[in-house]
Amino acid sequence: MASLYKKNPVDLLFSSITAIASFSVIVFIVGIFYVLLSESLPAISRFGVLNFITSTDWNPVRESFGAATNIYGTFITTTLSLLIAVPVAVGIAIFVTEIAPNFLKGPIGGAIELLAAIPSIIYGMWGFFTLSPIMSTYIEPALKNSLGKLPVLEILFRGTPMGIDLLTASIILSIMIIPFTASISRDAFNLTPAVVKESAYALGATRWEVVKNIVIPYSKLGVFGGVVLSLGRALGETMAVAFVLGNNHRITTSLLDAAATITVTLANEFTEADTDIYLSSLFYLALVLFVMSFVTLAIAKFFLLRAERKYSR
Amino acid sequence: MNLPAEIEVKGLNFYYSGGVHALKNVNLPVYKNTVTALIGPSGCGKTTLLRCFNRMHDLYPGNRYEGEILIGGENILSGDTDLIGLRSRTGMVFQKPTPFPMSIFENIAYGLKLKGIKKKAEQSERVERALIHAALWDEVKDKLHASAYALSGGQQQRLVIARALAVEPEVLLFDEPTSALDPISTAKIEDLAVSLKKDVTIIIVTHNMQQAARISDWTGFMMLGDLIEFDRTDKIFTSPSQKLTEDYITGRFG
Repeated sequence: MASLYKKNPVDLLFSSITAIASFSVIVFIVGIFYVLLSESLPAISRFGVLNFITSTDWNPVRESFGAATNIYGTFITTTLSLLIAVPVAVGIAIFVTEIAPNFLKGPIGGAIELLAAIPSIIYGMWGFFTLSPIMSTYIEPALKNSLGKLPVLEILFRGTPMGIDLLTASIILSIMIIPFTASISRDAFNLTPAVVKESAYALGATRWEVVKNIVIPYSKLGVFGGVVLSLGRALGETMAVAFVLGNNHRITTSLLDAAATITVTLANEFTEADTDIYLSSLFYLALVLFVMSFVTLAIAKFFLLRAERKYSR
Repeated sequence: MNLPAEIEVKGLNFYYSGGVHALKNVNLPVYKNTVTALIGPSGCGKTTLLRCFNRMHDLYPGNRYEGEILIGGENILSGDTDLIGLRSRTGMVFQKPTPFPMSIFENIAYGLKLKGIKKKAEQSERVERALIHAALWDEVKDKLHASAYALSGGQQQRLVIARALAVEPEVLLFDEPTSALDPISTAKIEDLAVSLKKDVTIIIVTHNMQQAARISDWTGFMMLGDLIEFDRTDKIFTSPSQKLTEDYITGRFG
């Protein structure tokens, strides 16, 4: 270690610059956490932790704030969008790596990357002006008249199909995260050595059997990584859902109802926060999101490490 | 030469998708229950030829065969060949060990499952037989359900051979199977190849001329896509009839 500092001055300068750059990341994280925490202290002392998380009351007039409706909205839109996006994204990745002829691989890969490059506000606008009317006119009435007639499932499709609701928001969100999941899964699939695939073909496996038994098990860590990154993105996404979610602080079983996510509440309400406790509660909400993202990432890292240890001899 | 030929290659030409003419009018017999070695300098087409026998080239679009390869009298290059069936009759072992991401047992049972053998008892019996056959049973019998990646390189290669043997193929195709292994593991694989020929016909591609001389009965020498000479191994290595063959085996090029 000492020898590191005995080197010539240019080396020392270079080492210091890279070290400062690296440590600044830690400073930023600590700094952001500190601001969130200190700004939300009044709300924390007034509402407590468990009470804030479980309370469904979000009432600026009575100055009573609970995060449950926002957490619920975030949880439902994130889960639903992953349920839609992951199968589609993995399907795209399988097609591009294993099935598509060479002349199709380039264009499809390019289209996926373009989809990823579209700013989220544009997804939001498209959702509001195009998808939402389609949902309320065609898709949601159809769902209501089919699945909505079944027992149990019926609770998911109550209410008037307005197109501004959990379902529409989740679909937009899923379209947004498909490219991420697809391109990371594609890279993971491409890491499967050709010779291992050939070995399976040489035993008489079909293409589907090779994908199912060799490619997917071989690359599931990478795919899982892609899913977690998408999850992180879905958790924090604001603009794509802000237009089509409504801003409704209520817990509802119906996917056809408007709702609120943490991010959308923050984006919509900072400008209207006229009391100190209102503002502090919004910071508190941001702190909850920060912790949620952090915990998600930590859990993912834990599983990735465990799986990695299991597979690498 | 009234030996029974298991495989007959007749007027085989092969073109890669870019148009490269990789095999030029190759003719050779492969006799039943023998080891046939294919030798020659890099790029001579020996691996290309090997991969014709189970039509591995079909995995990549644009490759083209001309001519015939008869296995048991049936032309496997004809358009209506059932590739899945063909490949379950021919085992293949690659340069590097290629265990699948599953346990030792499942690696070997995999080919059986593909063949529709689903009964656990039959699977266990055939897995054990294949492992004994590949001289690996004693080393792995206590850890059949451990990951195949936990084995050493030499053990993995014998596992891959056991996997190929489990489906009871007629032909085993070895593509430089020892090039990534240490001398002791190499010797084990070589002994294995010799002992296996009573049950299967073996074709081996090798860069190592001593290896060809040690284990094969017949040798084909290839260069630039041509089969220069094909004869009994002792004949090729003691009194080759072609000048090119002699130059190659005496180390004058390649």
